[in-house]
Amino acid sequence: MSTITKEQVEHIAKLARLEFDDAQKEKMTKELGQILTYVEKLKEVNTEGVEPTAQVTGLEDVFRKDEAVPWWDGNPMDLVEAAPEHEGRFVKVKEVFKKV
Amino acid sequence: MFKGLTLKKAQEILSRKEVSGEELTQYFLKRTYELNPKFNAYLSIFENAPGGLPCAVKDLIMVEGEKCTGGSKILENYIASYDATVVKKIRASGSSILGKTNMDDSAMGTTGENSAYGPTLNPLDHTRVAGGSSSGSVAAVAADMALFALGSETGGSVRLPASWTGTVGVKPSYGRVSRHGLIPLTSSLDQVAPVTKNVEDAAIVMNMISGHDALDSTTSPKPVPDYTASLGKSIKGLRVAVPKEFFGEGLDPQVETFIKNAIKKLEELGAKISEVSLPMTDYALATYYIITPSEVSTNLARLDGIRYGYSAEGRNLLEVYEKSRSQGFGREVQRRIMIGTFALSAGYYDAYYKKAQQVRTLICRDFDRVFHDHDVIVGPTSPVMAPKIGEFKDPLQFYLADVYTVQANLAGLCGISVPCGFGELDGVKLPIGLQIMADRFQEEKIFQTAFAYEQSTR
Repeated sequence: MSTITKEQVEHIAKLARLEFDDAQKEKMTKELGQILTYVEKLKEVNTEGVEPTAQVTGLEDVFRKDEAVPWWDGNPMDLVEAAPEHEGRFVKVKEVFKKV
Repeated sequence: MFKGLTLKKAQEILSRKEVSGEELTQYFLKRTYELNPKFNAYLSIFENAPGGLPCAVKDLIMVEGEKCTGGSKILENYIASYDATVVKKIRASGSSILGKTNMDDSAMGTTGENSAYGPTLNPLDHTRVAGGSSSGSVAAVAADMALFALGSETGGSVRLPASWTGTVGVKPSYGRVSRHGLIPLTSSLDQVAPVTKNVEDAAIVMNMISGHDALDSTTSPKPVPDYTASLGKSIKGLRVAVPKEFFGEGLDPQVETFIKNAIKKLEELGAKISEVSLPMTDYALATYYIITPSEVSTNLARLDGIRYGYSAEGRNLLEVYEKSRSQGFGREVQRRIMIGTFALSAGYYDAYYKKAQQVRTLICRDFDRVFHDHDVIVGPTSPVMAPKIGEFKDPLQFYLADVYTVQANLAGLCGISVPCGFGELDGVKLPIGLQIMADRFQEEKIFQTAFAYEQSTR
């Protein structure tokens, strides 16, 4: 049985930019423990010297010329306006640094 | 009037001018407006859809100027800024998109119940799920609310629900169909996938959407054959492999009976059946549930409440991120982001992500070995028939429904689910799907086999 601690869950949540209340943390700790126990069966497989597979296309190093090729005739301002907060040509964000 | 109309038949009556594109679209739109409140197959319906071959598109695929929610609250107000390549292609082939279909939140789920907009009901039994994640796409086709639909597959999200709704679902080989404009979840597995009423229609849709796309560098430059040319070819001498691992614990006895009968049928048609072993089958699901969350956790990092989608109030940037994501993503999505973040985090990467990628290599080798002297692999699409709404409870129960489908995605193969009969649960007849898989870019073989089987059961 793989266990994951509540402290680990808090740490991962921080990395993943998610927040949970106490009850959710308890539940997540239990559920992640169950899933990790299940996936740990991979430990039974001998993978010594086996190359990892990241993709299966058979393609390698797909190159193209370093040229801008127009593919979209839309209005770039639509992309700015898709942002929940925007002003003029800019996407607005909350403060990143604390004022000293 | 057009109930049960196939795409092929619609093309024919259109070209003979027995019906106009406008008439077709209006008929299907009207039917969709009537039936959709019952099944919840569409999340949005385009009332001004032009005349053409009526079809539905999963809400994970972008249609310019229309909402694209991905079944999630986090994208509830997101308007797509461009057309996916597949959308351009189906339009160029005369299709008219009637709307966007329901799905599990961010395509994570096997029943459709994870949708932020409520489950899609199974048109064959309203107390049961349609299956996921492409729940609305299969229901729209099963209930004659579209001639065909586009869904998407990461681990069985079209084949599985197709088997539960009596429709045909195709998972193309990885790289056969462009992903440009498909919201990426597990980039190394995702493919756009058609849902149709029969095998011939599936070949027609694959003809429409396949091919290289400069906007998706993972698409293959291999030429696209005419898939309809494989239909009607005899399967005499076809080498069919049946993996013994597909008939183990967890397989519903009714499903088993129908699949075995279907295999007998293939033998009667002249196919050479042999039992094979795919020893890594037992590890495929565990591999999938590491690789998928890992890629998902990085792909979904872009949904941060800043650039698009749902945004929550916060005092600073970090709070906006955390609150937007926690309020916007459903529980299963958050679970997978957590697993993925864990599997990729310092100290765990080798033990989880890299290990899963190595096992993925062994899974590919299993298939390479079988396809060395076999043309197709057949077995069940799903271990069970469509469950009741609320029947699946803990996360692993949902995951186990994918046990026969994830391997094709991990190995990049093509596969099809074709109806092979009806079992019975609580006095209701429910469809069962036969899965046929072939090696990468061997779609012709799955169409040849599926069509021969389908015709023999008519």
